[in-house]
Amino acid sequence: MTELSLDGRDGSELISFRIGEQEFCVDIMAVREIRGWTPATPVPHSPRFVRGVINLRGAVLPVIDLADRLGLGAAVETARHVIIVVQIGSRIVGLLVDAVCDILSTADHTVQKTPDLAGDHMQNFVKGLIALDGRMISLIDLGLVLDTHQAEAA
Amino acid sequence: MDPMDAIRTTFFIECDELLAQLEEGLMAMEQGSADSETINSVFRAVHSVKGGGGAFGLDPLVRFSHVFETLLDQIRSSQVEPTEAVVATLLRAADMLADHVSAARDGGGVDEARSEQIAAAIMSHTIGGSATGAYEPEPAEIEGIDFKPQMISLDLPAAEPAADFDISALLASAAAEPAGEPVANDEEGGWVVNFAPHASLYAKANDSALVLRELASLGEAVITVNDEALPTLDEMDPAGAYLGWTVRLPGSVVEEDIRDAFAFVDEDCDLEITREDGVQGGPDIAALLAGAAEPVPAAAEPADLLSSLLQGAVEAPAAAPAAVATPPAPDKPFNLMDLAPHVDTLTQSAPSAPAPAPAAANAPPAPPPPQTIRVDLDRVDRLINLVGELVINQAMLAQRVMESGAGKATDVNLAITDLELLTRNIQDSVMAIRAQPVKSVFQRMPRLVREVGEATGKRVKLVTEGEGTEVDKTVVEKLSDPITHMIRNAIDHGLETPAEREAAGKSAEGVVRLTAAHRSGRIVIEVSDDGRGVDRVRVRAKAIEKGLITADAQMTDEEIDNLIFAPGFSTAASVSDISGRGVGMDVVKRSVQALGGRITIISTPGQGSRFSLSLPLTLAVLDGMVVTVGDQTLVAPLTTIIESLKPRAGDVRPLGPNNFVLKIRDAFVPLIDTGAALGFGKSKFDPTEGVALLVESDVAGQVALMVDHIQGQRQVVIKSLETNYKPTDGVAAATILGDGRVALILDIDGLVTAHRKAPPRADTLAMTG
Repeated sequence: MTELSLDGRDGSELISFRIGEQEFCVDIMAVREIRGWTPATPVPHSPRFVRGVINLRGAVLPVIDLADRLGLGAAVETARHVIIVVQIGSRIVGLLVDAVCDILSTADHTVQKTPDLAGDHMQNFVKGLIALDGRMISLIDLGLVLDTHQAEAA
Repeated sequence: MDPMDAIRTTFFIECDELLAQLEEGLMAMEQGSADSETINSVFRAVHSVKGGGGAFGLDPLVRFSHVFETLLDQIRSSQVEPTEAVVATLLRAADMLADHVSAARDGGGVDEARSEQIAAAIMSHTIGGSATGAYEPEPAEIEGIDFKPQMISLDLPAAEPAADFDISALLASAAAEPAGEPVANDEEGGWVVNFAPHASLYAKANDSALVLRELASLGEAVITVNDEALPTLDEMDPAGAYLGWTVRLPGSVVEEDIRDAFAFVDEDCDLEITREDGVQGGPDIAALLAGAAEPVPAAAEPADLLSSLLQGAVEAPAAAPAAVATPPAPDKPFNLMDLAPHVDTLTQSAPSAPAPAPAAANAPPAPPPPQTIRVDLDRVDRLINLVGELVINQAMLAQRVMESGAGKATDVNLAITDLELLTRNIQDSVMAIRAQPVKSVFQRMPRLVREVGEATGKRVKLVTEGEGTEVDKTVVEKLSDPITHMIRNAIDHGLETPAEREAAGKSAEGVVRLTAAHRSGRIVIEVSDDGRGVDRVRVRAKAIEKGLITADAQMTDEEIDNLIFAPGFSTAASVSDISGRGVGMDVVKRSVQALGGRITIISTPGQGSRFSLSLPLTLAVLDGMVVTVGDQTLVAPLTTIIESLKPRAGDVRPLGPNNFVLKIRDAFVPLIDTGAALGFGKSKFDPTEGVALLVESDVAGQVALMVDHIQGQRQVVIKSLETNYKPTDGVAAATILGDGRVALILDIDGLVTAHRKAPPRADTLAMTG
């Protein structure tokens, strides 16, 4: 088992959220805010996982259905869904997830390397696993979510 | 950012302002409406550019501006009459100075030959040009003052010729030419300026040589070095300052000008400016030095030291005078400042004349300039975004209150009405921050007119009006190219040659008029000329030749005039250097349309043409037609829409398996189902249920777009889709509607292009050509 450092910072905090039965997390430093679901305006000729664009205090930002992006099937959005607004590079993107769960620190938990599962779509986006109270939380690589999405969309 | 870089950036920003001020002043002089304040401001502009340039070591810029400044100074002191020829030279010099500034800013070089040619032209107007401000083409030579070693009578025992170095030559060389001549003996008496820089002056990247040269440019200056403060070699601080100077200037020089020369350094030097007794007159330099050097035994030792030091410091003794010519360099601090007290005594003993009232004191005080601050544009944009959000929020709040059933006259609604008023006011005020007068663009045009006029051999007068018209900064920036092109076009194609004009009974000088005005929420820029007008026969022939129209097409004069905007059209028989850069009026039209603007031409044969350019006041908002397609709300730019109509069943004809055309008054235009083209249309396409928008596209002429409903016209705030997402075919940008939701703004050309690329048979659309 290999320890995976998070940008070389010890004690980074992560925010965990739920999609279906699975739990995921992202670096809290990338998260700008969390807001309730608002209907998005569909953008023509965009991949299916791009739900459309929403207005965030004057800025227009795309909302990515993370469930669809991870290959878990498109989410059927309800009023209880939330959008996690994250900054990826210079862009601000909304991630549609089922619910936000917790904030955890990497100091308390060991990030394990993702087991090699050949051909699994999700493996591209998960850069590590965290064990917590018998649950497993997958650490999402935000850069890849957007990069691959762009490569595909372009 | 490096602090020095920041200062440098500020310097260049200021340079732009100074150059604009210079150009403005020169234009006033050209029109003969210049008062002394204008000439002063012109002088100050060049002077400040030079001063700043000196601080940054921009030698070519400083050298050129020095020559320029010398002539301006003589105009200012009424030594040179600003005749038409002189002002024309000054205008060319201003253009050249602008080139020097941009070369200094962006790296790269200037046209040295042209620079020298203009500098020579300036000097030809300057009285005794080479004496007061020699223009030195060698870059290594910073000195404007022509220091020449010259033997003068100097009773300094230590000045006996040493083996290979002559201290008297050193001291003499420090006295500027024409040192041997007596100081101008005015009735007022000359000025004596004692100037002893501190080390801090050099530490701040100032240079005494620049100050001395500045003084020398004011009049015949006699400059003496006071070098007695020089310590022995082992005591000397390499970064110290030990030299001082005594500068004698004729009494005709204004005290203010002398003080101006020290504007950048007065905190870092001992400065004493006194007026000599007029009756006594200026004692000649030799007597001054002789008196100053009286304590002979004391002076002898330092002088020996000095010569030995100089031998060490300067590799070749022959180069010694050159080294003395640049004493301010901190690495050569061989000063002997002890001389200064003697000079002080001398000046103090002379009864000091009452300080003359500065000339400016008599002039009425200029109105204080409005106070301004520099603000990063990003901050303003952030504020504008926030206010835009506030407006939307306010609209949403009002809507919620209405939905809650509160009556119109309730307190809540009255408060909301007040809030609405406030937010509108805030929005207007914030937009006004970004508003700028079009002057900054108009100011670049006189130069263009001069250059194009020169290149075409035509005499042109540019008249501008409405320079104060304000428009959003983004629009101001985009105005430059279309205006430049329209003016080039007006001079090159519109105006006749002087001979032709005289033959036609017009004055030889053509007039190009550039105006700006606000008209119904837009800015209208007009470029008109009094030339020959559009040659409709030639335009028509050309259009037929290029296959743009058929030979038997019936066209009104107006339609023929507008052919010049057709893609690929150019009437110039020979592609000239001026207009024919492969860029036609069609490109101008397209770029104007991209900004949400329109361009039209009105032409009268023999009397000239008028191009009229109408643009929105800001690029942040767009006049849009809000339409519904499926369950989506979209915005179509109003400028592209020609008309909207409800098609009848018989008007829509299928063309091929997947395409339709719409019959509008005996013409068939391609019909595009907007919903299908964007990928969120209904399953069945029924044209009779929707509304057709007839739009003008660049790629396929007129096209009809099918939408479901028209909601109305509205000004919408443009939001980029690319900031956080990516460019999307058929979508130009996004906007935020009153309910806070995002609506997409259609890109008509993108939509048409995407439709043409779509299967099965794109070529069916070619019939509209």
